[in-house]
Order: sequence, then structure tokens, then C-alpha cells
Amino acid sequence: MTMASIAQLTIGVTDLAAAFLFMYGLKRMSSPVTAPSGIFLAGLGMLVAVLASFFYVFDVSAAAKPHLIVNVVLGVVALIVGGGFAWWGGKKVAMTAMPQMVAIYNGMGGGAAGAIAAVELFGNKASGTTQLVVTLLGALIGAISLSGSLIAWAKLQGVIKKPLRVRGQQYFNILVLLGTLAVAGYLVYVAQGASSQLLPTPQLIYLFFGCALVYGVLMTLPIGGADMPVVISIYNAATGLAVGLEGFVLGNPALMIAGMVVGAAGTLLTLLMAQAMNRSVANVLFTNFGGVPQHKPSHIKGSMKPTAAADAGIFMRYAKSVIIIPGYGLAAAQGQQKLYEFVKLLQAAGVSVKFAIHPVAGRMPGQMDVLLAEAGVPYDLIFQLDDINEEFKATDVALVIGANDVVNPAARTDKGSPTFGMPILNADQAKQVYVVKRGQGKGYADIVNALFYADNCNMIYGDAAAVLTTMIEAVRGLGTKAAA
Amino acid sequence: MDFSIQITGFVALYIFMLAAFAGWVIIGHVPAILHTPLMSGSNFVHGIVVVGGMFALLNASTVQEQTIGFFAVLLGAGNAAGGYAVTDRMLAMFQTSGHASKHHKLGHVKAHRAKAK
Repeated sequence: MTMASIAQLTIGVTDLAAAFLFMYGLKRMSSPVTAPSGIFLAGLGMLVAVLASFFYVFDVSAAAKPHLIVNVVLGVVALIVGGGFAWWGGKKVAMTAMPQMVAIYNGMGGGAAGAIAAVELFGNKASGTTQLVVTLLGALIGAISLSGSLIAWAKLQGVIKKPLRVRGQQYFNILVLLGTLAVAGYLVYVAQGASSQLLPTPQLIYLFFGCALVYGVLMTLPIGGADMPVVISIYNAATGLAVGLEGFVLGNPALMIAGMVVGAAGTLLTLLMAQAMNRSVANVLFTNFGGVPQHKPSHIKGSMKPTAAADAGIFMRYAKSVIIIPGYGLAAAQGQQKLYEFVKLLQAAGVSVKFAIHPVAGRMPGQMDVLLAEAGVPYDLIFQLDDINEEFKATDVALVIGANDVVNPAARTDKGSPTFGMPILNADQAKQVYVVKRGQGKGYADIVNALFYADNCNMIYGDAAAVLTTMIEAVRGLGTKAAA
Repeated sequence: MDFSIQITGFVALYIFMLAAFAGWVIIGHVPAILHTPLMSGSNFVHGIVVVGGMFALLNASTVQEQTIGFFAVLLGAGNAAGGYAVTDRMLAMFQTSGHASKHHKLGHVKAHRAKAK
């Protein structure tokens, strides 16, 4: 056997193993008990595949042979630098900043797929029209995913504060997309052997990538921050698709399988999330949700009644049952540890405490689950919307911490409300509702919340962590006698 | 012997179809509590693009191809390493209230071993 066929055999076997480990790993991630071993197995597959990729040196094209040493050095440096920085960032980032971190890594994957396509295009390596079309399609999706993910990062990080909207923006965006597709179509046409062309091929390729990147930016800019979970999920699926397509171009089935599995999984996840908000994915992407200034609708009666954190804490200490609804405000205040400390005090006093999580609470689906897990809250205390919504009626206190739109009864009653039809947590049905909130402002979706004006609701203004500290002190202040 | 892989036309479509179906089925059974780790985990899985980047870089024959290939590997490696680090951290946090946490179990095992010695 030649070295080339040994290399092909090695890469073939390891890539097959990697594809298996990815799917088996994801499968194991479908239960909290087996999940850590799932990511470990998937990681093992990745490691093996990356190491085996060095066997490509025995099987390179004749043109690349003289550059082989330089290329290997470049590859090692890129692996160490790119992998090292990302590893360090991933280990160091605060749990609350996780959504934007996932957005960044996702954008990197999209960028890598785009870069592979660029090498193929500039090197004129595509054999046949099908390959060229698939390369261009993967490049388009990868580039949009890259620039779109970066904008999503900037929004979540607070670098871009407000959705940027201009009249007629959607039409302009469609024009840019059509323009990008036109350039791609022209590239395919030129490859058929046109005698004269408008621009030299390399310039056309630059133009193509430029347009695709601009489209990703334009498409993401007008989307409100509250919709970023769905957007990140869409770009995650998109990157998977781009990777799968470039895998076809390179003749690498491991890339095809991994990319397509993620593409399908990400699509399903996106649909589940959109469903939880009772909106279509198209509605999320194209209708410029929220951001329209609203005034208190005339039919909302009553006023917001503030109360002291200490009083609320003591009230809960003597309640029978408490359901806690955490939202992004808790994450922003890094209050999850304090919250669990408070919960443990309540539990010690015999109060039944449960957590209710709305599917789109936070900035990423399930972000609240992760935050509570970080604080050490056992996951059998955490309930999802459908499982707990009936219990509010029989519950003494609903404690809403930094959540807003997901408890707004307007979604049930007010047809004019942008969230109308979205399933909400029925916090308003509890006997007493406390809402911990930084100020009197509105939620991320910018809608007035009727719950805050309800008779059974009291507002506690302040930073979630500070409020919880006060509550803890108040309950501790009662001493052990009171607990007996 | 020839172990090179040739994937053309319909074979590619079959692979795509089966892989897409597999992804759909695998995710369909995941509870909502794991949605974030799962999004992060699938984000990690498409980091396999780094292997494609390595192929492109090792086959580069011009400075332009080398430069773009370098970035393909750099970004792909970032995707893979970062995705793993973040997902692993998230999953390590989940535990039940039944005192079945890993730390306890490990602690017991260590204690037993110490006794045996």
C-alpha cells in the first residue's frame, strides 16, 4: 500500500468513528444524567478526527507539495491559537454571558465554512456545475451566519443597544439578497466558459462574499434583543447546513453528516422556540417585533404598589407554597446563588418551593435552567410551563424575579398586545404576587404589563441580588425560635 | 488499494436525508431543561468544519489560499474548542436533590479506597 492509501484509510476510519460519536453523544445529551458523558464522547470524536486530518499531508495535490511544510506549520499554529483562545474564553466566561459566547463560536463555524468555500472558489477547484453551485450555497449561508452571529453577539453584549430600523428596510434587504444571488449566478455562468465577463472572477468572488456578509448584518440589525434566542438557533442550524454543504464539496462524509444533523436539530429547536412564543419563524425574522412605544392601555385599572423586600421575605417565610419565576433580570444581577440561599431558608422553614421556567425566559432557551443549575438548584425542583401552570391557583405566593413578558396576562386577554396568544406562566392566579424589578421600565419586548397593576401584586424595586440579600437577612432575623 | 471517498449526486442526497432525519429524531426527545446545553452541544458538533479547513489549508498552493485556509482552521478550531468548553461546563452543573451528586459518590469511593489501603 502507498502512503496515500494508508492516509485515506486512516482518515476514512477516524471520520466514520467521529460521525458515530457525534450522533451517539448528542443522543446521550437528551437526558441530564447521561449528558456529561455525551459531550465527552462527542469531544473524543472531534479530537480523533482533528489528529487524523494531519494524514492529509500524504495525499495532497501536486501543486501543494512544495508548500507542505509551511502549510503544516500554519495548520498547527491555527489550531493552537484558535483552539486555545476559544477554550480559554469558554472556561472563563460568566454563565450569564453564555448566549453571546455561543453566538461567537457559531459565527466562527460559519466563517470557517465560508473560508473553505473561498479557497475552493479562488483556487477554481470545483469540478462541475453541481460542485460549484453547492460551494456557493455553502459560502452564502456560512457568510450570513458569520456576520449575523456577530451582530447577535453585539446585541446580547449590549454593544448595540437598540434595534436599528429604517422605513423600507425589508425591501432593501431583499434587494441585497437578490444581488448576492445574482453575483453567484453570474459566477456559475462565467464558469461555463463565457468569452467575456463584466468583472474578473476574483473580483466577482470578493463582491459575492461582501454582499453575503452585508446581508447577514442587515438581516439581524432590525431584530429585537428579545428574539435573539431564536436568531442564534437559526444561525446555529445555518452553520450546520453550510458545513454539511462544504463537506459534500470536499468529499468528506463526516462533515456532511455532522453538519446535516446539526442543521436538522437546529431547525427543530428553532421551531420549538418559535412555537413557545406562539409566533412563526418568519414573524420573528421579518416583522420588527416590539420597540413601538406604548402607553398604559386605558383598560388597565389600579396602580403599581411598591413594598419592602424585607416584608415580602417574611411573608414568604410564613407561606405554605411559593413558586419562583426567574427571568433575565436574575441573570443580569448574578442573583442565582442568593436566590438558592433564600430558597434553602424557606425550605428549612417548611415552605414548599418550586421553580417555574418559561420556554423563552432569558436570552436563550433553557438559559434559566442552566443558571439555576449553576447555583446548585436540583433540577427536580424546576418545572416547565405546561407542568406547573395549573398549580398557580393553589399557590400562596408567586415570586417573579426579573421576568416580565412571560407573565404578562395581556397575552391571554388583549388582542392588541404584540404577545397575544403566547402561552404565559399564570403568576397572576397566585394569591399573592411579588415582582422584583430594577425599575418601573418595561420588559425587553417593551409592553406594559397588566400584572403589575393587579390587586394581588406588589412591586419590589431594586437589583435582584440586593433584594434577595435583604430578604435573606429579614428571614434570618426572625431567628430559630420563629422557625419552630 | 484505493480508499478515497467518492460521493456523487444521489449518494450525497441520501446521506443528507438520513443525517437530517437522525438529527430531527435525536433532538425531538430532549427535555426543555437541556435546550441550552443542546444548542451549545450541536454548535460544538459543527466545529468538525475544522477538519475541512485542514484539508483546504494543506492543499493550498498560493499565498492567498494559505491565508484563507489559515483562517478556516483558526475559526473552525475556535468553534470546536469553545463549543466543547462551554457545553462541558454547563452540563457539569446539573444535579438532582437526591444527594446523588457526583461529588458525593466520588467522595465515598475515595473513602472506601483509603480504608482498603
